[in-house]
Amino acid sequence: MSSIGTGYDLSVTTFSPDGRVFQIEYAAKAVDNSGTVIGIKCKDGIVMGVEKLIASKMMLPGSNRRIHSVHRHSGMAVAGLAADGRQIVARAKSEATNYESVYGEPIPVNELAGRVASYVHLCTLYWWLRPFGCGVILGGYDRDGPQLYMIEPSGISYRYFGAAIGKGKQAAKTEIEKLKLSEMTCREGVIEVAKIIYKVHDEAKDKAFELEMSWVCDESKRLHQKVPDELLEEAKAAARTALEEMDAD
Amino acid sequence: MATTMVKENNSGPAQLLGPESAFERTLYPYVTGTSVVALKYKDGILMAADMAASYGSTLRYKSVERMKSIGKHSLLGASGEISDFQEILRYLDELILYDNMWDDGNSLGPKEVHSYLTRVMYNRRNKFNPLWNSLVLGGVKNGQKYLGMVSMIGVNFEDNHVATGFGNHLARPILRDEWHENLSFEDGVKLLEKCMRVLLYRDRLLWFELNSIDSVNGPLV
Repeated sequence: MSSIGTGYDLSVTTFSPDGRVFQIEYAAKAVDNSGTVIGIKCKDGIVMGVEKLIASKMMLPGSNRRIHSVHRHSGMAVAGLAADGRQIVARAKSEATNYESVYGEPIPVNELAGRVASYVHLCTLYWWLRPFGCGVILGGYDRDGPQLYMIEPSGISYRYFGAAIGKGKQAAKTEIEKLKLSEMTCREGVIEVAKIIYKVHDEAKDKAFELEMSWVCDESKRLHQKVPDELLEEAKAAARTALEEMDAD
Repeated sequence: MATTMVKENNSGPAQLLGPESAFERTLYPYVTGTSVVALKYKDGILMAADMAASYGSTLRYKSVERMKSIGKHSLLGASGEISDFQEILRYLDELILYDNMWDDGNSLGPKEVHSYLTRVMYNRRNKFNPLWNSLVLGGVKNGQKYLGMVSMIGVNFEDNHVATGFGNHLARPILRDEWHENLSFEDGVKLLEKCMRVLLYRDRLLWFELNSIDSVNGPLV
């Protein structure tokens, strides 16, 4: 896929002759190795879902949260090195509370995305820091409505209707593009996200996974929270039936 | 926070505190709220406070909410310096926010909030820079009722009925005589109204607001 750096990839402060910084690209590879993370913007909110690959049967379901609330109105789903992700989430939480204590209103999502992106980018500027090995999908609902951002290890941050990172991101992106997001409510979005994650999960390579989903929408009173249990079960059931129908063909 | 340049020419606590002593000590409260009265009833807590904030003896602000709900389970009422109360509300806001962000099915109950407030008040008092408030913290969690009080020097206790300020002298004797376990909501309201009436006559209350919290509905305003 990509050429080996040979000499230009030892430090994040070195450019290669063709203008690439290899360390950042290697960091992106760490993200590609993790379970798929999807975010979509529906007409009344954001839905995020994570394919949590279960490393061991001894793990308690519901532990190792991959989606974290950053403030009342926004949350982050993390893909890649989990410990790096925790650091980014901690920084985002602190930026959000700091903004509110200074300006008296919840931090606008685009402002938060900019700050997180700056922080991630910071770690690509010095030789004594390594880039974050994780990508983040940030979803929030502020005065300007629901917004979805994705921040990559390079520090790039764009606003999206639908975003996917991790192992199955290509397949997931294709599926998301098929959806009519502007007409979908978050309730329907939850079912669709579950279906996509079940679909892109590779049964051969990774056995078990746990589906973790969160939303921020009018129905959740614009608060970021885990998708309610009954809706989550409904989504999982719909996803399993959809998968069986596909296999039956 | 009230700050006054106090010129103390002889040595004393001001000298020993160091550079911050010259401009970081609360000496007098300026805009104050008067009593808060609260009692436990059958299903939860009833709390009453007036809606006035005085500037000395002038009734300066006439629709101040001196009771706020904290999280899902508690009610906080405060008397004393209103600006310090607002600062306490900011601390609690951040506390509850971080608690909610765990999103793990647990939430801080009245006992925990009361303990937190006691720590805050006591630590400030130790720095000779108190938050000039008497706080009443009541709530219900998992069917358990809780009612406690914290003073500005960090004294805290739990009881079946509490009052701050003048309420301690005027309302509590009434409560001691007439309070009993398993008061109904209506009886509790009547009892509080009786206390507030005495405070109206004797402490020049304006108009009071009643707040209740029970295990079913959570805080009602």
